[in-house]
Amino acid sequence: MTKEELLSKLKTIIEPYVQNQEEFQHLSEDTNFIDDLEINSANLVDVILDVEDEFGIEIDNDGMDKMLTVKASIQVIQDKLVAK
Amino acid sequence: MDNKRIVITGLGVVAPNGTNVSDFKNAIRSGTSGIQFIDELNQLKFSCQIAGKPIYRKDYLNDYFNSVQLKGLNASGLEYGVIAGLDAWKDAGLAITDKTEDPLWDAGIIFGTGVLGVDKFREAIYKVDEGNVRRLGSTSVIQTMASGISAFLGGMIGCGNVTTTNSSACSTGTEAILMAYDRIMSGKAEIILAGSTSDSGPYVWGGFDAMRILPYKYNENPTAASRPMSATASGFVPGSGAGALVVESLENAQKRGAKIYAEILGGHVNSGGQRSGGSMTAPNSLAVKECIKQAVINSGIHVNDVDVINGHLTATTKDTIEIQNWSEALGRKGKDFPYINSLKSMVGHCLAASGSIESVATVLQLKEDFVFGNINCEDLHPEIEAIVARERIPTKTLSKHVNIAVKASFGFGDVNACIIFKKYS
Repeated sequence: MTKEELLSKLKTIIEPYVQNQEEFQHLSEDTNFIDDLEINSANLVDVILDVEDEFGIEIDNDGMDKMLTVKASIQVIQDKLVAK
Repeated sequence: MDNKRIVITGLGVVAPNGTNVSDFKNAIRSGTSGIQFIDELNQLKFSCQIAGKPIYRKDYLNDYFNSVQLKGLNASGLEYGVIAGLDAWKDAGLAITDKTEDPLWDAGIIFGTGVLGVDKFREAIYKVDEGNVRRLGSTSVIQTMASGISAFLGGMIGCGNVTTTNSSACSTGTEAILMAYDRIMSGKAEIILAGSTSDSGPYVWGGFDAMRILPYKYNENPTAASRPMSATASGFVPGSGAGALVVESLENAQKRGAKIYAEILGGHVNSGGQRSGGSMTAPNSLAVKECIKQAVINSGIHVNDVDVINGHLTATTKDTIEIQNWSEALGRKGKDFPYINSLKSMVGHCLAASGSIESVATVLQLKEDFVFGNINCEDLHPEIEAIVARERIPTKTLSKHVNIAVKASFGFGDVNACIIFKKYS
């Protein structure tokens, strides 16, 4: 899976949780889920479960702690996909 | 303070025989039953395989919940309560505050339930037992905490006053309205969205089936099963749904030019202490009578002013005792007894939701001058007929001027609640 494909899937997953649509339109690798997109912190676990379902992977606690930005999330997902 | 008046300015309902106020009103006027055969109960070997369950299309929820709230939503009581609550709020002509605005400091929520999100809880139990607790996500807690219903409504509307969930079994809904009344009367709030909700499904109804207090001979004839006050009453039909009423100070209602459905004159809640014949499951008649009497006294009316009673009347052997209690509390019998009806003949016993759904029905009678008929009561119980004249227990809806209507609910734990509603003038 290319990084572009992965990003596209990730965007689809997070979209329903996003509260700042303007930031979402200008999404970049540095975009932070809570600070920029204003995703409710309680919903981060739901984002992670949706990611698991979409990519057929399991993300451990360390991975979850890292997944706060687009960049870090892509890294965690790629690592898990390689290990699969 | 003493001349403060409290009124009802909005109604919402999700009942087995109507999922909005207009359909519900038509159904209770025409005597339409919402009791149906539920195949799931048959599959699960329930004795009683019928129930009252609100019917609507899943996409109806899109009008009430956003896409995130809908993800993993598996709590029927939360659905019913949010639909009824938001409908009542809109019916009252009240706005939903924008996310960036301050909350409505004078507006609150008192929305009761017995247990919430049982299906969601079952889902969670399976995951936990499989060692998969991490897969619960964020939705498990908010859909299964009892106060989930008041929390959802409070957040959707933006309420800044009390936001809580009361629970007193089958008197929950009636109690919620009185708690709202008290809060506004004490000057601590101007508007309270009051009501109650009850989940549907086998995990809620199973315990009652096990207690053998549900009718089991009507699985092929569901609409005839709920028979309050009838000689052939054989137990209550389990129901579900939600009712909601916007309770508001008259001053505030007038200030914003709201339409007014009815006035709450007063009411009372008490308990029989599970003494003198009262128990976990049966009411102490002394306390029931005392509750009704106190409600009459603190409403400033005379017992003869009561035009209509909407009873608790579940269709068990206790109906006769309830009628006896009403008669003794009000000192009225025979042709002098007020009209009396039981909504449960059409929707079953909606448990924690019963008091609020039945209060909506009571307020509609006051507003539109009718007394809805009791279905399945052609064969009035002889012991009831010895106390109340047949004509006072109509089997068909009557057009009648109704000025004062009383609603009472009695719940497990020997708890009682009674409200006096009056036509607004």
